[in-house]
Amino acid sequence: MSLLDIRGLTTAFQTERGEITAVEDISFSLEEGEILGIVGESGSGKSVTALTVMGLLPRPPARIVSGSVRFAGQELTGLSERQMQKVRGPGIAMIFQEPMTSLNPVFRIGEQIMETIRAHERLSTRALRDRAVQMLEKVGIPSPARRLDDYPHQLSGGQRQRVMIAMALACNPRLLIADEPTTALDVTIQAQILDLLMDLRDEFGMAIMIITHNMGVVAETADRVMVMYAGRVVEEAPVGTVFDAPLHPYTRGLLDCVPSLSAAKPRLVAIPGNLPEPARRPSGCRFRPRCGLAVPACAAAIPPLDPHGPGHRVACIRATAEVAA
Amino acid sequence: MSETGALPLEATLAAPEAEPRRRHPAWATLRRLFRHRLFVTGLVLFGIIAFMAAAAPWITDANPNRLSMRNKFQPPGGDWVFGTDNFGRSLWSRVVWGAQLSVMIGLSVVALNAVFGTLIGALAGYFRRLDNILMRVNDALMAFPAILLAIGVTAMLGPSTFNVILALGIVYIPRTARIVRASVIVLREMEYVQAAVAAGAGHWRILRHHILPNAMAPMIVQLSFLFAYAVLSEATLSFLGLGAVPPTPTWGNIMAEGRDFMRDAPWIIAIPGVTLMITVLGLNMLGDGLRDVLDPRLRIQQ
Repeated sequence: MSLLDIRGLTTAFQTERGEITAVEDISFSLEEGEILGIVGESGSGKSVTALTVMGLLPRPPARIVSGSVRFAGQELTGLSERQMQKVRGPGIAMIFQEPMTSLNPVFRIGEQIMETIRAHERLSTRALRDRAVQMLEKVGIPSPARRLDDYPHQLSGGQRQRVMIAMALACNPRLLIADEPTTALDVTIQAQILDLLMDLRDEFGMAIMIITHNMGVVAETADRVMVMYAGRVVEEAPVGTVFDAPLHPYTRGLLDCVPSLSAAKPRLVAIPGNLPEPARRPSGCRFRPRCGLAVPACAAAIPPLDPHGPGHRVACIRATAEVAA
Repeated sequence: MSETGALPLEATLAAPEAEPRRRHPAWATLRRLFRHRLFVTGLVLFGIIAFMAAAAPWITDANPNRLSMRNKFQPPGGDWVFGTDNFGRSLWSRVVWGAQLSVMIGLSVVALNAVFGTLIGALAGYFRRLDNILMRVNDALMAFPAILLAIGVTAMLGPSTFNVILALGIVYIPRTARIVRASVIVLREMEYVQAAVAAGAGHWRILRHHILPNAMAPMIVQLSFLFAYAVLSEATLSFLGLGAVPPTPTWGNIMAEGRDFMRDAPWIIAIPGVTLMITVLGLNMLGDGLRDVLDPRLRIQQ
């Protein structure tokens, strides 16, 4: 049984202009200890997927229209806020994009880590403190016992992201969702944080879901990649396959946007056009208006996510045709 | 992305911070406060009044209501520091005891606001469902001019010290609640609140640990101004005969009585008037100073 199993998930938002579907008919699963990268442009539904899993979307305006989210055998979609609080932390934890604002400025970081543990476990202050020191050590903060009494403004961005990770890991989660964990950081620090995440995965055996729009981050960390476009999954494959043999035109477009140091690619190729507004999505395949391979048949129906080899699923009717050609 | 070693430390933070003890950041704030001229002046002015209020039994020799008809309308100076009124009562005594009552009422109103204003504001700001109900009641109360509402409430309840506190509480709590609500709405969307929710913290824990401590700065500023308003409103109410019942020495009462003798004995109305002015001025300067130091937007500009 998978650790996280999502089936046919559709999340919509109530707006003044009617209901808008942010995420549509998404299915995927995540095994224990696996790192899944979710890639896509802003607005493709990556974050909404993560927030739906965490039950963090404000309802209303958000609404889970259909589908199921099973975590460790437990269905999460129908849980009350109180029941969900028990899952967050020890079950699923999350780290956010902005390390600068993700820590409460008025409390020492030690207090914040202890506070997180205290929400789920009854421990003496001494035990809490020991655990906090231990966590800071785990995430590579030097002289953790002293750092415990620092305020967030005394730390650098990379240090704060480490503290955030320490807080997320404090309750030993089985799944860690990292929403753009390195976007706000310097490139050198990015690499450190990604290494840290992988080390922690190896040590604790937790699964990680990394949400990013950076193909480099995916290549560096993920075991498996899921590409999203306009609220739908367009391609899913093991990381090697995505980079070596991408099938969906959108995935290929994304890879063409990545600058390369080898001289193979003379110019960066941008994908023409923009992500369609949720209210004005085209009929059939949503990538059709921007796709160089589109044929009239693409407008007929939303292409299903079909298997194309081991662990490889693609939602494009032109995928095979193109490869054959 | 390149290979990095086993979690290299960030050199900038590892090296130069070897100072012995880290001070609480409140220290820095206090230091800046005492360097703020406006704040210090306000503190001194209000300090004089607060001292008078606290030391009233020791710095006045007489019962503020003791009559001495032989000595009525004595001008300030000589035996009578502030002179005497139409019944020969020592004005010094009466003004000092009046200060005590003013400060007491001011503090009570501030305390009421700190508790209920925060409670209502936090609930309205944090729980969207409560927002509309609480804030419409708030708006209804705020639609009345402050002093008119206070007059209405005291007129209904009858004049007494307790009723004045109650009336001023009812008048000002909606204003405080509104300010707290505004900060809570902003703070509710902060990423560290999201992070706390994501870590499984409950509403109570989030409000107490993440939202309210961060909403304290505007609250403190508001409460210092509120103190001034409360003292001023109390004086107005008792001047109109809706406050503590005469002969209780309140500044408003003294001024109301002195009004009839303004031409012959102007000190009776002038002295409590000036005292009131010093109090309000002091508190306002204090509040301005606090705002300059505590307001995060101003801090960025510095």
